[in-house]
Amino acid sequence: MSTETAQAAEVKKAAEPLLSKRRKKLISDPLVDDNPITIQVLGICSALAVTTQMQPTMVMAISVIFVMVMANLTISLLRNTIPSRVRIIVQLAVIATLVTLVNEVLKAFAFDMYKELSVFIGLIITNCIVMGRLEAFALGNKPYDSVLDGFGSALGYSWIILAVAFFRELLGSGSVFGVPVYDAVSGLFGEDFSLATNGLMVSPVGAFIILGLIIWVQRTKTGYVEH
Amino acid sequence: MELFNLAIRSIFIDNMVFAYFLGMCSFLAVSKKVSTALGLGAAVIFVLTVTAPANWMLNEYVLKEGALAWLGESFATIDLSFLRFIMFIAIIAAMVQLVEMIVEKFAPALYGALGIFLPLIAVNCAILGGSLFMATRDYTLAEAAVYGFGSGIGFFLAIVALAAIREKLKYSNVPNGLKGLGITMLITGLMGIAFMSFMGIDL
Repeated sequence: MSTETAQAAEVKKAAEPLLSKRRKKLISDPLVDDNPITIQVLGICSALAVTTQMQPTMVMAISVIFVMVMANLTISLLRNTIPSRVRIIVQLAVIATLVTLVNEVLKAFAFDMYKELSVFIGLIITNCIVMGRLEAFALGNKPYDSVLDGFGSALGYSWIILAVAFFRELLGSGSVFGVPVYDAVSGLFGEDFSLATNGLMVSPVGAFIILGLIIWVQRTKTGYVEH
Repeated sequence: MELFNLAIRSIFIDNMVFAYFLGMCSFLAVSKKVSTALGLGAAVIFVLTVTAPANWMLNEYVLKEGALAWLGESFATIDLSFLRFIMFIAIIAAMVQLVEMIVEKFAPALYGALGIFLPLIAVNCAILGGSLFMATRDYTLAEAAVYGFGSGIGFFLAIVALAAIREKLKYSNVPNGLKGLGITMLITGLMGIAFMSFMGIDL
């Protein structure tokens, strides 16, 4: 009997479009309604330290996207062979290998960035989002869905840290992506219109306060209330 | 004196939480009650003090460039530092397991108090961060131990203080969107300003 039912199941599976509604939700949910940082409170550790400038934040975001997609894919492919007692160690080994890879690539091709990010690339290993998605999704789902899920969660993480970095760089250093905005403004309207940068935004304190405010705005929009 | 200075610096000025955002996940999740915060803080001090010197030895005698020289001439040029992440996290996981077993055997009361926090600590970024900072800053063994201990104390102070504030916060009327994580972030920011006043102190 099994060959026929298996074939039928296969046809049915193939019938699901590459980006069905359910799969689109895998990507779009973590962006706003189920954001890993603002709603699930995961992965704040490595998020805030790099957000003084847009550029390192961008590198961090890309690294996290790569690590999450690849880790979800690997664990999902291995999900039927990993004994559940040692799964944490296996997950850590997979993540650590991927992070080492990112670290070595940065060291080879973007040494300045590597120096600037220092230990924080390494700390992607202990980023709770990665572990959290592996535990909650990749261990029980098919590879393609897991890739989408990892991509969605990493994107949700990325846009929040980029938003934090945007405000911190603009208010703290008066620039965006290294382009001096404040100088341009005072150049446009004359010397009287010079804007002062706020040193507090460059310090860690600025990150906490900006993130707190972003969470406030975001949660008010989604109507999420924590009890 | 050097060591004392390092301890003061790692507790107050380079505070794990306020200066480097390390251990934020557990810092936010386990700071609702002072009693649990005390447990987690104690466990972090414990594990950091043990793992920093352990990882120092691993780094110094196995991973660093030329660290394998004690094995013989031909090993003197080997550089295994790219294995740092994997080895450090493995040592931390193993140490946590070991510490858990020792505490369970010899101090059941402490084991009961630390409870579920010990295994959770293996994936706490403060622990891995402590080891990575220790390796990039070229500390000596004594410095690594003091740094680990000091960072642990710093985390302990931060999480207990936040838990105490959050206990009082229950009685205040916070806007809906700010409840929970939002207001905790703002409070952490304000505490960070207080800790900034330690900046520049050198004994």
